[in-house]
Amino acid sequence: MKPRNIVGIMLAATVLGGAAAAQETTLTIESWRNDDLSIWQDKIIPAFEAKHPDIHVVFAPTAPAQYNSALNAKLEAGTAGDLITCRPFDGSLALFKAGHLADLTDMPELANFGPVAKSGWSTDDGAHTYCMPMASVIHGFIYNADAFKELGLEEPKTTDEFYALLDRIKEDGTYIPMAMGTADEWEAATMGYANIGTKYWKGEEGRKALIAGKAKLTDPEWVDPYRELAKWGPYLGDGFEAQSYPDSQNLFTLGRAAIYPAGSWEISGFNAQADFKMGAFPPPVLPGGDCYISDHVDIAMGMNPASPNAEAAKTFLAWVGSPEFATLYSNALPGFFSLSNADVKLEDPLAQEMVDWRKTCKSSIRPFSQILSRGTPNLNTEYWVTSANVIRGTMTPEEAGQHMQDALDSWYKPPAQ
Amino acid sequence: MRAETRSKRRWHIAIFLAPAVLVYTALMILPLFGTLKLSLYQQVDQQQVFVGLDNFRTLFGDPNWSESFWRALKNNTWFFIIHMLVQNPIGIAIAAMLSVPALRFKGFYRTAIFIPTILSFVIVGFAWKLILSPLWGIAPDLLKMVGLKHLFHPWLGKEEYALTTIALISVWQFVGIPMMLIYAALLSIPDEILEAGEMDGITGMKAFWKIKLPLILPSIGIISILTFVGNFNAFDLVYTMEGAMAAPNYSTEVMGTFLFRTFFGHQTQPGDPNMGATIAMMMFFIILTGVVIYLFLIQTRMRRYQF
Repeated sequence: MKPRNIVGIMLAATVLGGAAAAQETTLTIESWRNDDLSIWQDKIIPAFEAKHPDIHVVFAPTAPAQYNSALNAKLEAGTAGDLITCRPFDGSLALFKAGHLADLTDMPELANFGPVAKSGWSTDDGAHTYCMPMASVIHGFIYNADAFKELGLEEPKTTDEFYALLDRIKEDGTYIPMAMGTADEWEAATMGYANIGTKYWKGEEGRKALIAGKAKLTDPEWVDPYRELAKWGPYLGDGFEAQSYPDSQNLFTLGRAAIYPAGSWEISGFNAQADFKMGAFPPPVLPGGDCYISDHVDIAMGMNPASPNAEAAKTFLAWVGSPEFATLYSNALPGFFSLSNADVKLEDPLAQEMVDWRKTCKSSIRPFSQILSRGTPNLNTEYWVTSANVIRGTMTPEEAGQHMQDALDSWYKPPAQ
Repeated sequence: MRAETRSKRRWHIAIFLAPAVLVYTALMILPLFGTLKLSLYQQVDQQQVFVGLDNFRTLFGDPNWSESFWRALKNNTWFFIIHMLVQNPIGIAIAAMLSVPALRFKGFYRTAIFIPTILSFVIVGFAWKLILSPLWGIAPDLLKMVGLKHLFHPWLGKEEYALTTIALISVWQFVGIPMMLIYAALLSIPDEILEAGEMDGITGMKAFWKIKLPLILPSIGIISILTFVGNFNAFDLVYTMEGAMAAPNYSTEVMGTFLFRTFFGHQTQPGDPNMGATIAMMMFFIILTGVVIYLFLIQTRMRRYQF
């Protein structure tokens, strides 16, 4: 083909494309979830377009590692899409403050979400919300149901039952009681500290008190989770110090470990890998205490205020806030749970089990994600290291608490009362 | 340029040098000054502001920073000591053995020992991580076979062993470099000298200690300085084996990982290019000091051995 012909075809395509665009509005979604491309194209967008034939939606993801910088560059240059997928907390807050995310506080659909769901995308005082919450991940324990049956074990309800259960699995010797390592350090924090600790600091109540400066990380409710973690070492496999995150996943799906301290994002991977029945239980409660779960906000969607298609974008966001989207999204991505208050039915039994904990347990986000990870040293990384150290036994729970408080004191001044 | 003023015939020197000078300036000298400039500025309200030596004051004055910096420097030094005590003597010993005329399969040994050097850090790191894995590794099984299972530890996960383990893996990977350099130096020793020694009754081990070793000292000096520069720039192997957090508990932290986390940020910790550049400048100064000491104090004295 001659070059001139190519140019001709390209020109024709542009003209035709322009003609098509005149009939309908095209919305572009910026996102880092390139793994979900087919789910958006085949399931989510067609469902929306069926209802709104005049709006055409394009899902245009960037690689996760480059998303923040690429998005910033596009927003500065005015070439960003109409809809922007929001990372939780400071990343999106900075965009809102720079005027790159529209204020959505007045949208009625936000009433479908609780305060915890909105906390990831609201200003520090909670007065403005700038992204429509989409999904969260829940922490708990996934277990090998076949192994439990074989050993005649039942899901533990309280911490006492939990450690008695671990002792029994250890005594029996067929299975490693828990699959977790400290080589990568972050699991000890998110699947350990945040998972079992939320009940000690009573979720949002304790987290807010910490931000307000009314509590210290040396207080018992923040040190007790470390005390519980300090017991974990003997229940983990031999050489857990050098066991990495993929090692733990394999150990569990190969059926060599009985319990896996988990995040709900594992569900689809485990379903594909494990050939045994799985069950899940929430972090065991303290005797006489209430149930709390770490239900961490992860993903939301906002609007580019510079978008020429503001009306259409708002229509799409309203749909993202609807129960219909909640059902669609949670089922397409088991383990990423819609943050909506709507009663969502999930087809995956394990995912349904985990999301049902929300009915009996109180939800809270990870303790240091909001505000407290702004300075240096960053509490989010500090609690990785201290939690792993406590499990390894190279730091006492009290030292860990003191270390965390010192790190926080070195830069954080609580707001004046 | 002097070449131009003296005579037109010497233009070619400048022309031939130009490509190298231009490429080196663009890729090395400009970035170096860019880093230096970055380390003297700070981000205040979205603006880069000149702050003089404030970043260096923070690095050494603020306990949060200085603790990390001294830990990284200490670990780097230990990393270097292991290489000097293990890698270079072994390299020299292998080279001495290879240079024995009676040895057979020389080419095979030389190639086999040199091959790890050309492997990527990622392959080496991943392979050794698997070998030493307490779950699927062959190290625990091998030790079990000879009844020494109790000697096995999850070395990469223990604070007291992790850095030494990584240093030894790095030694395994790079022992080929000193071996090759020393081997070349040994081959270049004129036979006349060795034969003259033989006439005086100096043979075997004695010949090595009395004749060969003094003659290869300049090569050993070069190897030491290469090891020094390489070790103080170390990053890749630690990053592939222990991650950017230099687990466990920062015990494998070298200046490279400290710089990486500071400059680019890590997880929710945003990057700080100014403090990152400050650390990079300190690495540069430390390495520069080491090289200068070598050049002016050691190499000048070693000249007399050259022939």
